[in-house]
Amino acid sequence: MAYSAKVLDHYENPRNVGSFDKDDRSVGTGMVGAPSCGDVMKLQIKVNEEGVIEDAKFKTYGCGSAIASSSLLTEWVKGKTLEEATRIKNSDIAEELALPPVKIHCSVLAEDAIKAAIADYQKKAGA
Amino acid sequence: MSETKHPIYLDYAATTPVDPRVAEKMMACLTMEGNFGNPASRSHSFGWNAEAAVEEARRQVAGLVNADPREIIWTSGATESDNLALKGVAHFYRKKGRHIVTSRTEHKAVLDSCRQLEREGYEVTYLTPEENGLLDLDKLKSALRDDTILVSIMHVNNEIGVIQDIAAIGEITRERGILFHSDAAQSAGKVPIDLAEMKVDLMSFSAHKIYGPKGIGALYVRRKPRVRLEAQMHGGGHERGMRSGTLPTHQIVGMGEAFRIAREEMAEENARLLGLRNRLLNGLKDIEEVYINGDLERRIPGNLNVSFNFVEGESLIMALKDMAVSSGSACTSASLEPSYVLRALGREDELAHSSIRFTLGRFTTAEEVDFVVETVRRKVDKLRELSPLWEMYQEGIDLSKVEWAAH
Repeated sequence: MAYSAKVLDHYENPRNVGSFDKDDRSVGTGMVGAPSCGDVMKLQIKVNEEGVIEDAKFKTYGCGSAIASSSLLTEWVKGKTLEEATRIKNSDIAEELALPPVKIHCSVLAEDAIKAAIADYQKKAGA
Repeated sequence: MSETKHPIYLDYAATTPVDPRVAEKMMACLTMEGNFGNPASRSHSFGWNAEAAVEEARRQVAGLVNADPREIIWTSGATESDNLALKGVAHFYRKKGRHIVTSRTEHKAVLDSCRQLEREGYEVTYLTPEENGLLDLDKLKSALRDDTILVSIMHVNNEIGVIQDIAAIGEITRERGILFHSDAAQSAGKVPIDLAEMKVDLMSFSAHKIYGPKGIGALYVRRKPRVRLEAQMHGGGHERGMRSGTLPTHQIVGMGEAFRIAREEMAEENARLLGLRNRLLNGLKDIEEVYINGDLERRIPGNLNVSFNFVEGESLIMALKDMAVSSGSACTSASLEPSYVLRALGREDELAHSSIRFTLGRFTTAEEVDFVVETVRRKVDKLRELSPLWEMYQEGIDLSKVEWAAH
């Protein structure tokens, strides 16, 4: 399987690997996928008082395309408002990484992950 | 075309490079100066010389497995041999019965032929092996019925390298008057085979798994007691009517030479490969959460199939870009399903997704093995840093209890 240069780059030099404290009120955590599918993504966002994502971290169990999709996403969401981040589409990710058809689902999972993280943050903020 | 430095080759179970000695023999059968005649041409020396070379190769193949040369039928490969054995026997003996017994871990050439036979109205029982990959022979016995006409069990499995006791299976089937076919693509030249002793009725061979060329194989068809089959390739009646098609002298000579070399060098090669395999195993086995797939004792020396828990197989293969290996991960197969062989062993999907198959061979060196060990250890660590599952495991979370939000 030939990987695009961008996928290889994210894979060799992943951005924002790590974890925040999930109990922190300013952190939203999205965990999507399942081991039996071969893909699990944990995406965390740190949101400031103005509702802007000031930092993001990820951990992914999955193929190179999955790692690249989630790494790219953490880069993209930094500095965006929650509203803007929700509008990121999997097709944007797939296009940026030049994902082949059989790997599109990796970008879908990344979109699910950011939405889950945002939902988690909003749930905590609302509570 | 850009020049890429080739990775270290550790995928000998997928295919092997042609041994230079084999290539040399093949090349002498191609051009005008060589042995290019049609072996079926009766009327001139071009044909006679080609035929002589074919018959010499037939003796060489038979010699590796202690069979009569007349029992060796040339085919285009083990896939065709499997098709011929299964469909050929099923169709010929259809009035005797319609039931076939095989295992879930067979090669697709066997499984898919069985599916085809099911579509034609045959009934197939697919046995599940034990966790170590080996069949429980009592379970095999109880699956046999009065209308069973064929049992097909591979000698050595391509993914995990485990060796089935085909001598014992042959005793069981012969006693019941049932024909026994075994796919020996991964075993010929690696495990001693004696067809004068083993009660195997049909056996599939492949050249390209044992340093011969791709595109040529053979099917052993027993003469005593005689096994009949319906031909699948019709035409000029070659190979005693069992398989029509002009015999490719260069391919056959290549296969013969490969089998001759294997017969002479098998014992020594096995000892060398075992040493290398154990060197690889020793370098990896103390990594935390590492699982060997398949029995370690009843296994061909060159195979090591390992799961690295909490690391996904394709990402690991990408990390191991300096070596050519294969994975039981879904991502690396065209469908998104993990290895059916590993699942049949009862391995959870996660471990099937995390598996790497290393198969060593004739040209593997100790330096290469050391490099592999060092690289694998480093990359597994790096990928575990990235893995949320590893993080959860370290926090003491029982992953089997987690409710995943799969889509």
